[in-house]
Amino acid sequence: MIEPSDHLFRREAGRIVATLTRIFGVQNLALAEDVVQDAFCRALEVWKLRGVPENPSAWLMATAKNRALDVLRRERTARTFAPELRRLVESEWTLAPAVEELFLPHAIKDDLLRMMFSCCQPELPEEAQVALVLHILCGFTVSEVAGAFVSSHAAIEKRISRAKKVLAGSQRLFDVSDTGDFAERLPVVHRALYLLFNEGYHGASPESAVRAELCQEAMRLAALLLDHPPAATPATHALCALMCLHAARLPARVDASGELRSLFEQDRSRWDAHLVAEGERLLERSAAGPELTEYHVEAAIAWVHTTAHGAEDTDWAVIVSLYDQLMAIRPSPVIALNRAIAVAQRDGPQRGLDEIRAIARSGRLARYPFYHAALGEFEFRNGRQELAREHFVAALALARNPMERQFFEHRIGACRRAPPPPVP
Amino acid sequence: MMNEFLFLYRGGETGRRSPEHMQQTMQKWMVWLKELGEKGHIKDQGQPLEHTGKLVKGRQKTVTDGPFPETKDIVGGYTLIQARDLAQAVELSKGCPILEFDGAVEVRPVMKLNQ
Repeated sequence: MIEPSDHLFRREAGRIVATLTRIFGVQNLALAEDVVQDAFCRALEVWKLRGVPENPSAWLMATAKNRALDVLRRERTARTFAPELRRLVESEWTLAPAVEELFLPHAIKDDLLRMMFSCCQPELPEEAQVALVLHILCGFTVSEVAGAFVSSHAAIEKRISRAKKVLAGSQRLFDVSDTGDFAERLPVVHRALYLLFNEGYHGASPESAVRAELCQEAMRLAALLLDHPPAATPATHALCALMCLHAARLPARVDASGELRSLFEQDRSRWDAHLVAEGERLLERSAAGPELTEYHVEAAIAWVHTTAHGAEDTDWAVIVSLYDQLMAIRPSPVIALNRAIAVAQRDGPQRGLDEIRAIARSGRLARYPFYHAALGEFEFRNGRQELAREHFVAALALARNPMERQFFEHRIGACRRAPPPPVP
Repeated sequence: MMNEFLFLYRGGETGRRSPEHMQQTMQKWMVWLKELGEKGHIKDQGQPLEHTGKLVKGRQKTVTDGPFPETKDIVGGYTLIQARDLAQAVELSKGCPILEFDGAVEVRPVMKLNQ
């Protein structure tokens, strides 16, 4: 029996669609998806009554292979397949052995990686790359992607179908053996996996189960990069370290009563020690070279937090300087906000307020609930309850899910309970 | 005294489903059948059936691709069940996951030789 926590179908769907697309050609992506759907329907029908076979992955791959052979025979005159197959497909003598060859373990080993790099087409917007990765490699349907991104079905459908068109029109899958192209595309892949992970970690989905799954999927795909020597660069190690160190906090982000806990209030004994250790190991390995990416710095920040018991004994000076580095590498309003929060921890709430007001383009932050929450927090600590309350009310109006709503409501409640500020 | 019943699984989900959804459906089936098995209700776990086939009909022995009943009612598999009586067999069938997906379980008593 497959453990429910093992997303075998999802994992295998990505692998099989990647292999079939290599065989059918990228222009026949939709056909590959149909064959995968068929193979899984078959597995469901047979396994539900007869039980799961000893090697379910091999069973699925063999079923997909047989269906692929049927399709190649049936459609050989109507369609153009992958270049390496075009001639072989014409005769039954060559077709079956050629397909056998294409399904050998060494041949399918790099298929997922190839597809991952192909989904991250630089000409696609980043959010389209992420949606495509989730859809093709993680087997998320359009509705599941829409659910995960808290977006409308129509919007996601449009995004994915456009992205698929670009992919299908790209003529060929990405060539992972071309070292120049590979090094150039790798940062695009890093970014897509980083965004996928963040959607899970910070995203708006109200279900923590959905969000944990997005984090897991991002980590699974990132682990593939570690397994492929040309992709196992210091930046990849740093990205994986960052994911481990952040994922370690997931069990503590929501407390026993289902309430959201900020980093300052988390019970750190609930952080996953195994993931912390793994993150630390990867972070060490990421230092092998001169390259310093945003992932290095973000992982370092997360690591500093793991060395403290709480906000009181955190080395805020180090964290502020890491945020300075991050701002130099990849400036963004959200990073500036996080930097301001660290400054407030180091130098007091008034300095935090000054830093926030100094953020250029803070207009973009105005729709981010935690921007208002940070202002509220600093005013609260300054003893200005009324102002704090107004900011928390503004945060509440922007809350994206019930958990955030509850969190801000409690902060508003705290303002009411607190004693009035001392008369100067 | 146990009697035998055939569960015929009709219809159920069609159309595009995500791998995750299919895995969850499969797991529901396995949990259900495992429980029936542990309580001694399974005589034969049965077999899934292809949704295709031929229909051979009448004195003319005409062979056609159908007509099968509508796809939504097609028998996709069967299981041989042991239960006290029809009422109990029906009760057991109510746990079948196919019911969550617009499908049906046909519960048919197997005729006995000595009655």
